[in-house]
Amino acid sequence: MAVAEEIRASSDTLLSVKSPRKPANMGQFIRWALLFIGGILMVMPIAFMISTSLKWPHEIYNLRLIPEEPTIENYTFVLEDGRFYWWFVNSIIIATITTICNVLFDSLVGYTLCKFKFPGRYIIFIAILSTLMIPTEMLVIPWYLMSQQFGWLDSYWGIMFPGLMTAFGTFLMKQFFETVPDDFIEAARIDGLNELQIWWTVAMPLVKPALAALAIFVFLGNWTAFIWPLIVTNSTDMYTLPVGLSSFGDEADVAWELIMTGAAISTIPTLVVFLVFQRFIIRGVVMAGLKG
Amino acid sequence: MANLSIKKLTKAYGATEVLHGISLDVHDGEFVVFVGPSGCGKSTTLRLIAGLEEVTSGIIEIGDREVNNLEPKDRDIAMVFQNYAIYPHMTVRKNIGFGLRSSNLPKADKEKRIDEVAELLGMTDLLERKPAQLSGGQRQRVAIGRAMVRDPAVFLFDEPLSNLDAQLRTQMRLEIKKLHQRVGSTIVFVTHDQVEAMTMADRIVIMKDGYIQQVGTPSEVYHKPANTFVAQFIGAPAMNMVPGVINASNAIELGSGSVVPMGRNLAEGTKVLLGARPEDLVAGDGPTIIEGNVNLQEPLGHETLIYVSTKAGEIIAKADGRTPPGVGAKVSLTSAPENLHVFDATTGDSLT
Ligand SMILES: Nc1ncnc2c1ncn2[C@@H]1O[C@H](COP(=O)(O)OP(=O)(O)O)[C@@H](O)[C@H]1O
Ligand SMILES: [Mg+2]
Repeated sequence: MAVAEEIRASSDTLLSVKSPRKPANMGQFIRWALLFIGGILMVMPIAFMISTSLKWPHEIYNLRLIPEEPTIENYTFVLEDGRFYWWFVNSIIIATITTICNVLFDSLVGYTLCKFKFPGRYIIFIAILSTLMIPTEMLVIPWYLMSQQFGWLDSYWGIMFPGLMTAFGTFLMKQFFETVPDDFIEAARIDGLNELQIWWTVAMPLVKPALAALAIFVFLGNWTAFIWPLIVTNSTDMYTLPVGLSSFGDEADVAWELIMTGAAISTIPTLVVFLVFQRFIIRGVVMAGLKG
Repeated sequence: MANLSIKKLTKAYGATEVLHGISLDVHDGEFVVFVGPSGCGKSTTLRLIAGLEEVTSGIIEIGDREVNNLEPKDRDIAMVFQNYAIYPHMTVRKNIGFGLRSSNLPKADKEKRIDEVAELLGMTDLLERKPAQLSGGQRQRVAIGRAMVRDPAVFLFDEPLSNLDAQLRTQMRLEIKKLHQRVGSTIVFVTHDQVEAMTMADRIVIMKDGYIQQVGTPSEVYHKPANTFVAQFIGAPAMNMVPGVINASNAIELGSGSVVPMGRNLAEGTKVLLGARPEDLVAGDGPTIIEGNVNLQEPLGHETLIYVSTKAGEIIAKADGRTPPGVGAKVSLTSAPENLHVFDATTGDSLT
């Protein structure tokens, strides 16, 4: 595929300009050491998550990385517990719909704010941005009261509605649409497309890298969201994964090994999403590089 | 028949008027070039014709139909932009076909039309490529193809060659001109490059500060410039201007002491500018216009330009390519009287 060739070509040039290997000096050593420590710090929580998921309950407060008696009993238990599937499906549905809505709505609003001149557009933009400064913790109570009065408690809609559009996403998309030349839009206008068609067929394909980044961001954000889903849901069936996992165990004892097992399984979709969309990001960068 | 007609067109952005009532008739099949320095309102005029900007006052007619209130797509025009405006995520075929998206032609006819245009532009082999895999000249051709595919009444070009290197620009200039001869469409072409204007245009429109300075064929604007601006804008190097005053015997007395006879009666004491193009001004015998010392030689092969420092400032003149006067040499410059231009020193208007 052409894109693969482009990437290969550019990585080849990158590699070829690399200076020939020199004996390591002090500066390089320090850099490596820092990177190494950073890498360890990043990997440790994940390593402990997997390690804990392979331990028996009596061993979980023993901080050894390698379990004494590794077991896959936790995985069998979690996967055989019917509730886990519900939570998984709930999370998939909610994160997917929210992601799609964000990609569409954030970019529609971002595009409008970027490419149309109309009175009050600056004020609207500032108003949207200012909502970024209000923390979720402050918003959950009004959201809850609203959901209660509209009868949205304990429903998908109730979990999703606050996040179907985000100020951050709108801002991100607006900034990216600035890179789409006005000529592209005017040319399409002369060719007889209406504004919605221009947005969809001309502008959107040109900001794919930003859309991919936004998709990853929103999906992960919703996949790991905890406070609001915890508050708005009542029945176990409506729980999302993080809420459901935290309910493992009883009042006296948190079943860490089960939580870690569920967490380990639940990282799989996020990896998939990341791997799928990250390709667009790389491709976008290559495309942008060739444009000039 | 006027294919495009502009009447007293003005455009203001807020309180600033940038076009001050320009009028022009473009005939069917004519190649008209708008030329002028950057910021003079060429693009604005083109965008008003295209319908991308709203007219402040005045009328635009295309094919004898007022289009002031029509959407761009309903004006029967196509536009080629400076940076091509071809879409990087679409193949050449899709890009060219983009102009047909909103037409009701059956799909097979659309494909046929795309193939015809590609053939005409010599791009048949490139149809499946993406713009990133094309050279600058080829991208330019795609942009032109995209405009041609709709077969509009008027083509609008906004500095389409300024992103190309010099050699390619010359080549594309020729190609566009040939294409015009073959297709016979009406073209309004904007450029800041007077050479482009001279070589391509049937008629040139010279603009400055939102006003039209002169409209005429390349030969007219070159040989009969309406004012000092046109005289100095068209032709390179620019026309020399030597200040002078009309004397009692209706001749121009130049500051240098030389006297040049004047073909027309003018009031004594009128301040004028005597214009002489470098190519019309030679070192040699004949009535001296001005004299001075050679500062610099610029050999061009078949001739040499000499920069002569005179009382009226630096004057550029032409000398023989083989034996030009050396640097420091004293020369007196002369010209055939019919090649001289006289302008009013205060208004700048031509008095010839
Ligand atoms: N959108 C705009 N808002 C305000 N002024 C503008 C706008 N577009 C162009 N102008 C002004 O109008 C004048 C003519 O511009 P333009 O037509 O682009 O010149 P050019 O002859 O270089 O194409 C310039 O002084 C420019 O600053
Ligand atoms: Mg311009």
